[in-house]
Amino acid sequence: MEQVLELKNIHYAYHTLEGETLALTDISFALNKGEFVSIVGPSGCGKSTLLSLISGLIEPEKGCIKINGKYQKESTTNVGYMLQHDELFEWRTIYNNVILGLEVQHMLTARTKKRAHDLLDLYGLGQFETSRPSELSGGMRQRAALIRTLVLEPDLLLLDEPFSALDYQTRLTVGDDIGQIIRKEGKSALLVTHDLSEAISLADRVIILSGRPASIKQTIPLIFKLDLDTPLNRRNAPEFKTYFNLIWKELNTDE
Amino acid sequence: MSNLSTEQQTYLLKHRRHKRIVVLSRILILLAFLLTWELTARAGIIDSFIFSSPTKIAACFFGMLLDKSIFLHLGVTLYETLLSFLLVIAISILVAVALWFSSKLSEILDPYLVVLNSLPKSALAPLLIVWLGATKTTIIVAGMSVAIFGSILSLYTSFTVVDPGKIKLIYTLGGNRFHALSKVVLPSSIPAIISNMKVNIGLCLVGVIIGEFLAARDGLGYLIIYSSQVFKMDWLLMSIVLLCIMATLLYSLISLLERWCLHRF
Repeated sequence: MEQVLELKNIHYAYHTLEGETLALTDISFALNKGEFVSIVGPSGCGKSTLLSLISGLIEPEKGCIKINGKYQKESTTNVGYMLQHDELFEWRTIYNNVILGLEVQHMLTARTKKRAHDLLDLYGLGQFETSRPSELSGGMRQRAALIRTLVLEPDLLLLDEPFSALDYQTRLTVGDDIGQIIRKEGKSALLVTHDLSEAISLADRVIILSGRPASIKQTIPLIFKLDLDTPLNRRNAPEFKTYFNLIWKELNTDE
Repeated sequence: MSNLSTEQQTYLLKHRRHKRIVVLSRILILLAFLLTWELTARAGIIDSFIFSSPTKIAACFFGMLLDKSIFLHLGVTLYETLLSFLLVIAISILVAVALWFSSKLSEILDPYLVVLNSLPKSALAPLLIVWLGATKTTIIVAGMSVAIFGSILSLYTSFTVVDPGKIKLIYTLGGNRFHALSKVVLPSSIPAIISNMKVNIGLCLVGVIIGEFLAARDGLGYLIIYSSQVFKMDWLLMSIVLLCIMATLLYSLISLLERWCLHRF
């Protein structure tokens, strides 16, 4: 199977005047094309650091990252990154927020503009193109943030607890919504979260990290026998509880 | 209007009455002040040679209006204030951007900026006269010196408190530091820049008047210092009243700009 992402023996440490804090040790895993993987772990274990490394915001101290078979630095693949907050700019309309990435990468053409309009229409934000972010609900804002990432046509999506700023009810529906959009667009995705049920409802595979310094404890493939495999349906499936208990136990046992 | 409940109508009525009382009281205070001043001056309770009187000030103003000399003084002060204000805004934005780009530079320059900002700028005016001569340049530089360091510091601070998440977003979208500046830092600092302008327009006026006290042959500051020396209190007080009006108008100009920006951004 074609690999979108490959991490080999990644080490990373933070440096302050008080000393060195090891964040990640010997992390290796791969992500296949079209696969959705969740990474769970205790808070502060370095999950977000992992995404920053993959997106190239920071560089690993040891190890290498390959995207579509090329080293991170030489890679021309667009990596989409969804942050914890939607970070929509109030001084821009929704449409202008969505094309921000295109502007930054000098990719504003008739074709990409049309794609932005199409995506907004497809995901129910067509009538809000000229609205300001504050006029939208939390769920709609998160959708606009996803579209802002999708117009850049990324092969790989990184999701850094993108639903954690929402209230519980919105969180369930938006999680369902965004999960289905990502499946529909056929994107490979890597979700970082501390919410186990979110991880199980969305992913094909769950990677469990240990506490700081983080290393991979275990990888658990998720198989649901459902006619309509959506995040919300998964939450009602009998397998859900089994997986939840399995991961819960794994997270709470010390080696 | 008919579909408003009686409670809402009473509330609105109360609100209107409150507004009316505020406006009326303001006007009454001014009238009472002017009237007391005028009457006590006429009755000889206060010495009108020293304290002047509203009618004398008005007469003086109309006299200068007729011989057109007032336009020169007003125009000069306004020109010097606006020019130093615009220079302050332009230079402080440029310097603040440079400081934002290089945290090393900002750390190096920080103590100098703090010292220059705390220095009483009026102390610089005599120095400027020696260096630049008794010219308009001196006065404009004096106006700038009062505002510029504080302006740089407050703009730089507002640049640094921009939401780091929004800057991270620019990097995740493949942008660089220039994009972070043009797409995030500058647009989100517009309210800060405008409130900075509101402070600076007043400070520039202060600096210009100080400069005119020392090194001018025209302008309101010159008029004030000259009339105090020859004991023409009508001129002096008229100049102060005109300064009040000018300061208010300049401030409302910026408020207008603010409202326009609020509409756009």
